[in-house]
Amino acid sequence: MPDIHAAGWGRRTVLAATAALAMPRIARAAANPLKIGIPTILSGPIALLGTSSRGAIQPEIDRINAAGGLLGRQIQPIFRDSKGQPQEAARVARELINTDGCEILLDAEASSGAYAVQEVVRDLGVLCLHSNSETSSLTADPKLRVATAFRCARQGVHDAIVGGAHSAKVATAKKLSKWATCSPDYAFGRDTTAQFLEFLKHFKPDIEVVSQGWPKLGAPDFTEVITKILQAKPQALYSALYAGDLSAFVNQGNVYALFSAMQVFVPAMGDLPVLTAVKSLPAGIQSANRYLPTFPATADNAAWGAAYRKANDNAYPTNWSWENATAMRFIEAAVTKAGSTDGKKAAAALEGMTIDSPFSITGKVTMRAEDHTLIDYAIGWGTTVPKDPFVVDMEPGDWGQIAELEKEWKKTNGYI
Amino acid sequence: MDLDALLGCVTSSSCLVTQTTSGLIVGMLLFMVAAGLTLIFGVLKIVNFAHGTFYMLGAYIAYSAFMFTGSYVLGVLAGGLGMAIFGVIFERVLISRVYGANVLMQLLICYAVVLICDDLVKIVWGPDFYAMGMPPAFQVPPLFIAGGVVPPFYIMLIVVALAIGGALSLLLGLTRIGKIIRAAAHNPNMVSALGINTTLLYSLVFAVGGMLAGLAGGLAAPVRSLTPGMGFSILIESFIVTVIGGMGSIGGALIAAVVLGLIRSFGTIGFPLFTEGLMYIAMIIILVFKPSGLFGKEIV
Repeated sequence: MPDIHAAGWGRRTVLAATAALAMPRIARAAANPLKIGIPTILSGPIALLGTSSRGAIQPEIDRINAAGGLLGRQIQPIFRDSKGQPQEAARVARELINTDGCEILLDAEASSGAYAVQEVVRDLGVLCLHSNSETSSLTADPKLRVATAFRCARQGVHDAIVGGAHSAKVATAKKLSKWATCSPDYAFGRDTTAQFLEFLKHFKPDIEVVSQGWPKLGAPDFTEVITKILQAKPQALYSALYAGDLSAFVNQGNVYALFSAMQVFVPAMGDLPVLTAVKSLPAGIQSANRYLPTFPATADNAAWGAAYRKANDNAYPTNWSWENATAMRFIEAAVTKAGSTDGKKAAAALEGMTIDSPFSITGKVTMRAEDHTLIDYAIGWGTTVPKDPFVVDMEPGDWGQIAELEKEWKKTNGYI
Repeated sequence: MDLDALLGCVTSSSCLVTQTTSGLIVGMLLFMVAAGLTLIFGVLKIVNFAHGTFYMLGAYIAYSAFMFTGSYVLGVLAGGLGMAIFGVIFERVLISRVYGANVLMQLLICYAVVLICDDLVKIVWGPDFYAMGMPPAFQVPPLFIAGGVVPPFYIMLIVVALAIGGALSLLLGLTRIGKIIRAAAHNPNMVSALGINTTLLYSLVFAVGGMLAGLAGGLAAPVRSLTPGMGFSILIESFIVTVIGGMGSIGGALIAAVVLGLIRSFGTIGFPLFTEGLMYIAMIIILVFKPSGLFGKEIV
């Protein structure tokens, strides 16, 4: 055995040599990061949704990178502003892959942008997770589906089924048969309202719609819509308004005492930025959860909510936040399982995959194989109270019932 | 189209009262913004495409002042004063360099200011939306007049907007400075030749225009969401008001704003899917039959 001491190989020399040998490997990992392209909305009236997406994605990436990265490579997110415009979302998505060298897309876009990005993914064949599009046809319609694209977000038809079942239950108990609706005048508002009414009537057929208001998205004033609703004297009101529009609607409705004149159902009320922005939150509004640290009422969920606020200057997470955190965790699990970022291999790994999640009653969410969409996430309805925790008495939806009615809905629409 | 519902509404006292006051509220806030827009055009022949930004910044400043002082009145005054100062800076630094230039140049400068201010709002206040909340004095149940619902806060808004409109008319009609402004609108060269400081005058006009938009933003803040870019939608409606009322006419702006408010209010009952369209139809009719607007000759 050679005497390394005799040859001048002291302990420090050995350590230095080892470090030197290791350096190229570390350097290669740093020089060859795994780039993930993230088109999202970072400007305009709903920029909050994009920034709250980024606020959830970055801590996940920091966690993965601190643990050594993905497949030994550090993840480098590249966020791009789509400005909420479909053509811009498609252009940015293509550029992220072709020019910036991204290997995966995390499409944190609204539905209008997601449909445009879907066609880019069809063309380029990369793994893509749409983390915010709730419009059901994106994955339900086989003609639109893409082999390497998945929806990691709540879905409109799921919301409609759970909302219909819950609202029918309340309507039966309180004898509410005359309904009005007030939703934004574009595809999301009209589709969501139609689906809600469809399932509400499925559970309680004696519903009569006496008034429908369609304010423009981003309308500054809802006064004439509110007074129109009051004139129709409904017993219940459903609204698909959200974010700043919903906040304005509640504030303007308050001056007309709208919320004491009828039972109000608003799925997007249970969004923390809205709940905290409305200064006089009426008690008794029926609302679905968007993201609530109290639903599911688990330590994991509460801890995630607190960690998000700590990482984001005390800002509240939005619905888009948990969806993007979940998407990032699915990307991590799928690429690790596939051992590759190749679109086909990672997609095969992702189909039917179940991961642990704080955003589920059961503690697990699944990427359904048959239609590439997220299931088993926490979905439920509760009642507003003016102070923290803002929404109480949450009743979780029944995923067995959701699956059954979703299947019927798909048959009706010719998707299966 | 639901003409039965519309007929039922106009023959029902409760509906008539509720929808009329609703139209007046929408109209009065529109008038406050449009009055500044039309004043600036009337005197300076500048189409201020950044006027919606004045409204947005006024609302944000009022919100911050309200949060700091707890006083709604101080908040509204801060919004108006802040925008008066901003109007002077805007006119002196940017607009004064494009007097007489083609409209495209003015449009580009205004649009640049809109984008810059939207981003500045995001930097200063963040991308979140804000709600000021109803001042405690107005956290009261609505009044019921002839069966119609009328919120006290909105009565206050209508009264304040009318008072501001009246004060503006008195300023322009009866005071010396008002007469100079009207003279400058007709013949700026003659006013200048008479030794009047037109530079100061033009700044004053922008200050008043900005103040009106800022006051409107502050007044509306308790019931509207504050978001970056919120000035855009009200800008479009303000332009419709100025086109219908006649570019440069304060009285025309008042009438047109009230008419538009009522069109929206009753249109949503009778033409729920075409309420926005009704406003544009009214504008087109005016453009076709009286291109100068209802009171277009009545230049301030």
